[in-house]
Amino acid sequence: MAMGEIVKDTREGRQSIVGKSMATRDAYGETLLELGKKRDNIVVLDADLSGSTKTGKFAKAFPDRFYNIGIAEQDMIGTASGLALSGKIPFASTFAVFETGRAWEQIRQTVCYSNLNVKLIASHGGITVGEDGASHQSTEDIALMRVLPNMTVIVPSDGYETMQVINAIADFYGPVYVRLGRAKVPAVMPAEYEFKIGKAYPFHIGRDANIVAMGIMVSIAIEAARILNDSGIDAGVINMSTVKPLDTGTLLNAARSCRLIVTAEEHSIIGGLGSAVSEFLSENFLVQVRRIGIKDSFGCSGKPEELLKLYGLTADDIVETVKEALKK
Amino acid sequence: MDKRDTAFLKQQAKRVRIEILKMLTEAGSGHTGGSLSAADVVTALYFYKMRHRPDVPNWRERDRFILSKGHAAPLLYVVLALTGYFDTLLLKTLRKIGSPLQGHPCSKTLPGVEISTGSLGQGLSVSNGIAIGLKIDNLNSRVYCLLGDGETQEGQVWEAAMTAAHYKLDNVCAIIDLNGLQIDGPVSKVKAIEPVASKWSAFGWNVIDIDGHDMEAILNAFDEAETVKGRPSVILAHTVKGKGVSFFEGKVEYHGIAPTRDELEMALKELDGNG
Ligand SMILES: Cc1ncc(C[n+]2csc(CCOP(=O)(O)OP(=O)(O)O)c2C)c(N)n1
Ligand SMILES: [Mg+2]
Repeated sequence: MAMGEIVKDTREGRQSIVGKSMATRDAYGETLLELGKKRDNIVVLDADLSGSTKTGKFAKAFPDRFYNIGIAEQDMIGTASGLALSGKIPFASTFAVFETGRAWEQIRQTVCYSNLNVKLIASHGGITVGEDGASHQSTEDIALMRVLPNMTVIVPSDGYETMQVINAIADFYGPVYVRLGRAKVPAVMPAEYEFKIGKAYPFHIGRDANIVAMGIMVSIAIEAARILNDSGIDAGVINMSTVKPLDTGTLLNAARSCRLIVTAEEHSIIGGLGSAVSEFLSENFLVQVRRIGIKDSFGCSGKPEELLKLYGLTADDIVETVKEALKK
Repeated sequence: MDKRDTAFLKQQAKRVRIEILKMLTEAGSGHTGGSLSAADVVTALYFYKMRHRPDVPNWRERDRFILSKGHAAPLLYVVLALTGYFDTLLLKTLRKIGSPLQGHPCSKTLPGVEISTGSLGQGLSVSNGIAIGLKIDNLNSRVYCLLGDGETQEGQVWEAAMTAAHYKLDNVCAIIDLNGLQIDGPVSKVKAIEPVASKWSAFGWNVIDIDGHDMEAILNAFDEAETVKGRPSVILAHTVKGKGVSFFEGKVEYHGIAPTRDELEMALKELDGNG
């Protein structure tokens, strides 16, 4: 099927989100509310950002199952852990930089070491946070979470996928980190798509190059692939929404089919998706790799589109990188 | 819960101290001072106050004990073994390769350990989360959390103190082991935490100040804490680090080293001599 094509879906609960351009955090807010209606063991925690993380919807509907821990991220992680020990399924949300940075060692010691069923759902991942600038832009969170034993790391690409991710992790035992975004993103996943933890989605496997992307970079990679295909380069796109565990089968298949793997992430090129893919390929299949991402620097203030341009995260940047690499 | 028998509990506390010293000597490393200072309080919990079933460690209605000062692992391991969670023979494996008795408590390897600790400052938050969960489920179990006095320099402790008061977690009972020492010296010199009582009460807690080696006072404190509604309780247990062994008492250097064989021998004589 054509990349990014939207098909109407009639399955229950999905109609409103399939094909809809929306911020992944908004899809989270809606899904969490629905989950709350269905399951009374879902509890939600926030650290004074429930309006931004969209847990506010759940809070309003289920005030008895929502705990605002105030501006105390480390305490929020600990409290969520205690709730998990009591058999609840806690979803703890704040901005990605505070969730994974401020409370990293709490996540390591208390959540991961004890392998607790805590869901860490962070909004404001990446630089498309925009005007707030570097202090609020998370460009290291995937690296920080990926290194932790027992942790699963997921970065959904659009609202529809987010909805599926949130439902899937509620049925999965163990610590999970989900990175969501502030900005509206185009819908990319087709109606028949079924998210599975650890399963990548190849839109198309290219014979020249394959772009392995996560989050908002999936739609940008799709655009890049269109441009490349128009100029006679067979480029594919893989949505690697689960960064850990990496879908090495799909990756290997793509690498074997082409001459170049390009990773694309709204994250530092150190420690994130690009690193995960490079680590695997360098030990298992030698192929050229190029990493599109933030090149070891902090973000800055600006509009999301301006920032994507400034940090080299546009479709044109991917196209140029692919063409350059294939010349060699 | 056992019957309230102070003489019996004192006897148990002595046994606990003896086993701690033996296991630490066998291990050749570990935290002596802070395990001994809290021995009376923790003995009172496991042998008297807490409702728990060593044969069913995950019994839903059990009271919980969270060892926030995880380096006092030997103390926790001893009370767990003596109350029947596992064979006392296991105590000999402390800190050895492959042992479930890790240097700091690991909930994945040892039944009876509620949560892995060792990194200070995190246990009270976890206790609050459990306490909220218990309230949601309408269970009247209680959560006891032991912290070190130096540990309260961690900011997260005060975040958690606010959370417990805000959510009126009267099923939480914190115990601060006020032994006056941390690693680099006296708490008052490293970074003073006084006034402790007014700090906790300003944070909305019911404060109970006791001699943490007076068994009768300890039992009274736990009983009182249970009757206080609408806010959490904290027991300020004034203790002596290394309590029970004269040459360890009040010595900052015995925070993190184990007794030698000779020291063990002298210590056991002393403990046996004291009734
Ligand atoms: C977050 C963290 N920082 C540092 C340490 C190292 N450490 C272990 S014990 C200790 C001193 C603890 O003093 P206190 O809380 O008074 O414990 P006690 O005297 O009861 O042994 C320190 C600094 C640690 N375990 N965790
Ligand atoms: Mg101390």
